[in-house]
Amino acid sequence: MTASGSRIAALGHAALAGMLFGAGLVVSGMTQPARIIGFLDPVSGWDPSLAFVMAGAVAVYAVAYAVIRRRARPWFDAQFHVPVRADIDAPLVAGAAVFGIGWGLGGLCPGPGIVAAAGGSSSALVFVVAMLAGMYLRHRLADLR
Amino acid sequence: MASKWLLALLGGALIGSGSALLLLTHGRIAGISGIAGGLVQRATSDRAWRIAFLAGLTAAGAVAAVVMPAAIGAPVRPLAAIAVAGLLVGFGTRLGNGCTSGHGVCGLSRLSVRSLVAVATFMATGAITAILAGRLS
Repeated sequence: MTASGSRIAALGHAALAGMLFGAGLVVSGMTQPARIIGFLDPVSGWDPSLAFVMAGAVAVYAVAYAVIRRRARPWFDAQFHVPVRADIDAPLVAGAAVFGIGWGLGGLCPGPGIVAAAGGSSSALVFVVAMLAGMYLRHRLADLR
Repeated sequence: MASKWLLALLGGALIGSGSALLLLTHGRIAGISGIAGGLVQRATSDRAWRIAFLAGLTAAGAVAAVVMPAAIGAPVRPLAAIAVAGLLVGFGTRLGNGCTSGHGVCGLSRLSVRSLVAVATFMATGAITAILAGRLS
């Protein structure tokens, strides 16, 4: 394969991965904020069905991960880019806590937010713009250090 | 109509498949906050695969709007609260290095201790917030 042909193939596979991921979010119910809230709030009529989204995803990915990591390298890169850190630090816990508050407030996490915005939800679009602003803010604060 | 349990399991399997494909082809963790965050970071050289992945994600949303419009749910809070939620999600996921996909799906599958702590933390604060917001509004 030529270099440019390989590049197109690489980007095509990344796009296909995104499509599968997005289709999964749609089919599973993750793009419905009311269901997220119903899952997170066990006090008023708990709907635990969304736990099966994580179960299905982990079941597939755990097996795939074990098989794929036996390879020397991925198809279109010289190496794998997998996190290696194992320390529990304050930014990890604080960041996860802040993310959870936003998730419980709006009923959207990043993937479903982007998919719902693309699906025509204007409130999800506001969510995504604010999310990108929050990400930018975090990066700028980190740059100041 | 298939049950919501079955659709949740099927959707989860699709999410796992997409994540696995990204690992196999690009060697990358399918963490949506990390992928999107890389685009608003100044020192990012590898924008192309991120844009391609997010293009696929948005294509799925656009198709869903036509074939499965009920899947794109209505907002549960006023717009101002949604904007605050977005800011918190963006800032928090970059501070904590991941969200439901990177720490949740990929991290738990890899038995990462950091991800397990992150998931337990955001599930707890998410539940508390959802309960409180439901009582106050």
